[in-house]
Amino acid sequence: MKASLRAFRALLSVVFSDRHTGACFIFLAILCLACMFAEFFAPYPFAEQNLAIGASAPCAEHIFGTDILGRDVFTRILYGGRISFAVGFAATAVAVLIGACYGMVSALSPRRVDSAMMRLVDIAYALPFTILVILLMIIFGRSLWLIFVAIGAVEWLTMARIVRGMTLDIKSRQFVLASEALGQGFWGIMRLHILPNLIGTILVCATLTVPSVMLLESFLSFLGLGVQAPLPSWGTLVKEGAEYMLDAPWMLVFPAFFFSATLYCLNRVGAKLSAADLRRFSK
Amino acid sequence: MIRYVLRRIICAVPVFFIIITAVFFMVRFVPGGPFDRERQLSPETLAALNAYYGLDDSLPVQYLRFLKNLSHGDLGPSYKYQNRSVSELVREKAKVSLKLGGAALAIALVAGLACGAVSAMGRGRLSSALDAASLAGICLPAFVVGPVLIWIFSLKLGWFNAMGWRETSDIVLPSITLALFYAAWISKLFKDSEARELAKDYSRTARAKGESAMRVAAEASKSALSPVVSYLAPAAAGMLTGSFVVESIFNIPGLGKFFISSALDSDYTMIMGCVMVYAAFIICFNILADIALALLNPRVAKELGVRK
Repeated sequence: MKASLRAFRALLSVVFSDRHTGACFIFLAILCLACMFAEFFAPYPFAEQNLAIGASAPCAEHIFGTDILGRDVFTRILYGGRISFAVGFAATAVAVLIGACYGMVSALSPRRVDSAMMRLVDIAYALPFTILVILLMIIFGRSLWLIFVAIGAVEWLTMARIVRGMTLDIKSRQFVLASEALGQGFWGIMRLHILPNLIGTILVCATLTVPSVMLLESFLSFLGLGVQAPLPSWGTLVKEGAEYMLDAPWMLVFPAFFFSATLYCLNRVGAKLSAADLRRFSK
Repeated sequence: MIRYVLRRIICAVPVFFIIITAVFFMVRFVPGGPFDRERQLSPETLAALNAYYGLDDSLPVQYLRFLKNLSHGDLGPSYKYQNRSVSELVREKAKVSLKLGGAALAIALVAGLACGAVSAMGRGRLSSALDAASLAGICLPAFVVGPVLIWIFSLKLGWFNAMGWRETSDIVLPSITLALFYAAWISKLFKDSEARELAKDYSRTARAKGESAMRVAAEASKSALSPVVSYLAPAAAGMLTGSFVVESIFNIPGLGKFFISSALDSDYTMIMGCVMVYAAFIICFNILADIALALLNPRVAKELGVRK
C-alpha cells in the first residue's frame, strides 16, 4: 500500500515535470470527473428528446447544439464519456490482472514452464483478435460487462510480456539474492522486492493500454456492436455525427474532438511516464 | 536459415488449425442460424435447407466434413448468397481489400519512416512538431479522419467521389484514411528507436570520425528498424485483409465489410473463409517479420536459433 502510494506520487511528479503533459493530465482529470458525475454537470437527461427543435446549432441553451432528435450534444458527450472511460478503465483492469499474474507466474516458474507459457503468448499474438472480439460480441449479445471482458482478454498479452521481463530482471538482482541468502521466503521476497518494483511498470503499461482499449470500444460501437442505444458512447456519437455532418457538423466536431483529445492526453501521459526511469518509482 | 524458415512454417500449421477449429465451434454457438429471415420459413423448407447443406448432422461430423473439403481447397457454398461458392466470393472481395491495403501500406511505410527519420535526426521545433503530429495521428480514429476527408476533398473541393469503388481515383481517400494511423505508429516507433541508436557510443564515434550525418543515421537504422518490423507484421495483415471501419465509411465492397455482414447473418462457411484469409495473412507476416529481424540483427538470429 505504502509502496503504491509512493509510486503514485512519483508518477505525478513526472507528469507535472513538463507543462504540456501536466495540462494533458489536468484535462483528463477534469473530463473524467465531469463524466463520472454527469448527472450533476449535464444540463439535460441523456435521452431527453426535443423533436420540435431537431438538430439545432450551438446556442446558449445547448452549448454544443443538439442532435437529430433534439438531444443535447454536450449532455450526450458527458454520458458517452462515462461509458468510454468505464470501458477503458475496466477492460484495462482486466488486462492488467490477467497479464501481470501471467507474466509473474511465468517468470517465477522453472525454465521449461516459462518458455512454454511464453510460446503460448507468441501463438496468441497470431490470433485474429479483432475478429474474435467481434464474434464474441455477436455471440453473447452486447452487454457492457462482456465488452470489458472481451477487450481485456485481448489486451493482456503485451502486459504479460513486459511484466515477465521485469520480474526476471528484478529476480536476478543482488539485493534479491542477498535477501534470499538471509532466509527470506518466497512470499516475503514477492511482497518486499518484486511487487513494489513492478508497480511502476504496471502503472505505465496500464496508462498506455487505456487509450487502445477506448479505441477498440469505439470501433465496436461504430460498427454497431458496442453499447446499446439510447446509451451513448463516444464511438456511437461520432458515427451519428458522421452521418449528418453536412447538415449538423457540430454533431461530429464536438464528440470527435473530445474523443481524440482524450486519446491524445492519455498517450502523452503514458509516453512521458515510460520515458522516465521506472525503477525510481518504488524507491 | 532455410531450416529455421521450414521449422517456423511447420510450427504455423497447428496454430492455423487451432484458430479455425476454435472459430468453427464458436460460430455455432451463436443463437440463430443462416436461414433466419424476417419472414419465417416453413419448418419443412428449413429442414430441407438444413439437410441440403448438411447442417442437420452432429457438430463433429460437420467439422470433419469441413476439414475434408478444406483438404482439397473447397470451402463450401455460401448460405446467404445462393449459388456462389465461398472461395469465389472471398477471392473477389479480397482483391478489392488487397488493392486498398497495398496502397495504404505503401503510404504508411513511406510517410511513417520519412517522418520518423526526420524527427530523429532533426532538433528542436521541427522534431517536436513531428512528434506531436504522429501522436495526434495515433489518436485520430479512422472514423473521424474518413468523414473529415470526405467533407473537405469531395464535398467542398469536389476532387474525389465521396463513396464507392468504381473509378481509379476512388482509392485515394480510403487508403489515406487507412494509412494515417499506421503511419503515425511507424513514425513514432522508428523515431524512438532511431534516436536511441543515435545516442549510443558507436554512432557518436562514427560522427566524431567525420562520417556524414546521413551515413551514421543509415547505419543506426539497421538496428532501429527492429521494432518497426515487428509492428509491421500484424499491421500489414490488418491493412491488407481490409479494415471494417474504412470499408464501411467509404462503402467499399471489401473483405472487412463482408466479414461483418457474414458474421451477423451467421453465414458459417463465409465466416470461416474470411477468418482463414486473415489468419493465414497474419501468420505469414509474423514469419516474414521474424526472418527480417534475424537478417537485420545477428543477435536476434542467434536467439532464434538461426544458423547462417
